[in-house]
Amino acid sequence: MSLATYTGVLDLTAGAFLLAAVLIVWRRELRSIVHLLAWQGVALAAIPLTEGLYEGNPGPVIVGLVVLVLRAGVLPVLLLRAVGTADAERRESTPLVNTTSSLLITAALTMLAYAVTRPIIALDQAAATRAVPAAFAVILIALFVMVSRRRALSQAVGFLMLDNGITATAFLITGGVPLIVELGASMDVLFAVFVLGLLTGHMRRAFGGTDLDQLRELRD
Amino acid sequence: MSALSIVAAVLQVVVVLVGAPFVVGGMRQVRARLEGRAGGGVGQPWRDLRKQLRKQQVTPRGTTLVFAVAPAIAAGTTLLIAAILPIFALGSPLDSVADLFGVVGLLFLGTVALTLAGLDTGTAFGGMGSSREITIAALVEPTILLAVFALSIPGQSANLSAIVSATLDNPGQVFSLGSVLAFVALVIVIIAETGRLPVDNPSTHLELTMIHEAMVLEYAGPKLALVEWASGMRLTVLLALLANLFLPWGIAGADPSLLAVLIGVVAIAVKVSVLAGLLAAGEVFIAKLRYFRVPELLSGSFLLALLAVTASYFLATPTR
Repeated sequence: MSLATYTGVLDLTAGAFLLAAVLIVWRRELRSIVHLLAWQGVALAAIPLTEGLYEGNPGPVIVGLVVLVLRAGVLPVLLLRAVGTADAERRESTPLVNTTSSLLITAALTMLAYAVTRPIIALDQAAATRAVPAAFAVILIALFVMVSRRRALSQAVGFLMLDNGITATAFLITGGVPLIVELGASMDVLFAVFVLGLLTGHMRRAFGGTDLDQLRELRD
Repeated sequence: MSALSIVAAVLQVVVVLVGAPFVVGGMRQVRARLEGRAGGGVGQPWRDLRKQLRKQQVTPRGTTLVFAVAPAIAAGTTLLIAAILPIFALGSPLDSVADLFGVVGLLFLGTVALTLAGLDTGTAFGGMGSSREITIAALVEPTILLAVFALSIPGQSANLSAIVSATLDNPGQVFSLGSVLAFVALVIVIIAETGRLPVDNPSTHLELTMIHEAMVLEYAGPKLALVEWASGMRLTVLLALLANLFLPWGIAGADPSLLAVLIGVVAIAVKVSVLAGLLAAGEVFIAKLRYFRVPELLSGSFLLALLAVTASYFLATPTR
């Protein structure tokens, strides 16, 4: 793989990664949000795969395959099973911030990410480092999704997106995480999703819905 | 500047004048066939124009000069854009006069003229249509400017011929992330600016939903013909701009031969017909968006344009 191809693929991947986060902010349908999260997982896995293929190093390739199976396969399937079948549960209820403002806030967060990561880019002008702002923007957008959504499931999606962003930043800055660290982090996320799925199921059975705003006050 | 490039620029204006009603007719025909109707044929808009041009001139009582000159301004700015854009050949004689920002400004001059004409009639529909149209235009403008900015980064210039020849020299950049995002943002913006579905339904006259049609409701006869002609030309010109910004192949060079200009004419005719057909086919499957959700769509396209700028500026390979 030549340097130009490597740079092109890496930029495209980082862009797709950020684009998936933006579309998650845009969409309201829970199912399509989960599908977008799976696409973001594919883009995330492509980062270590590209790096491994470019350097001819099997370590990042294996990490990439593990990430691909987990983030683009297992986690979205688990989340999809947690999406309720009732019509009221399929869509995000009225969000705390409307879509137009959310998109503008996302734009501001992206610019903020580019502004605060400038010292990191100044350290090293490699293609991977130049893509760090995109991963950092995903972290900020994920935090915003977590605080602005009401459904338990969309908050879980926000949490997974946050983790995707952190992982991508690690891949891009360090040029590959040791396999054992990546496995540990992945197990952690997997268990978190198991717990969230269980909790969502329990909430639905106990209260008939997963709107977290209705759980803030005591009632009979 | 050779004589032939002047001929090419004049030819551009003439072909846009003659071809625009056919583009509109073609889109209506594609849509009709896909919906299972026979359709009026590709030449129907031309027959409508001929009929309206023969009618008597009627002006609503109390309207002023603003109402009278608005159609001419809308048509004139569009024709000027048609002369500036590299549609058949690069290096039009007017090329140095206006860059892409200038073209966007001319485009909005036409919109503002029609909006003022809608207000000038003093009717409820005219005012409502103008208010909606100007709201959409105000939301569209930042997106267009950002997308243009993103496109002018690789060519290092906002001059249209420079952008197009930069793409011709380096075809790979069409598929770069910034370019793809700018393409999507521009498509949404062009749909909003020319009043197509899902932002505005061009064939509706239902009082609650119409935007562009409400604004020009008071026009009749030759003036209406001019307004409709202008909106058809604006659609054609914008589609040609989109085609040449992203798929410039077939366009004649800065110092063209007669054969190259002819190839350019054929190439752009094919490109615009394909784009118009795709747009019309896409419209069959979507419904008009609620007016209050249009800002959502446009802020989305603004965000895409912003990402295009960041992608082409920050992610671009360092030139060293």
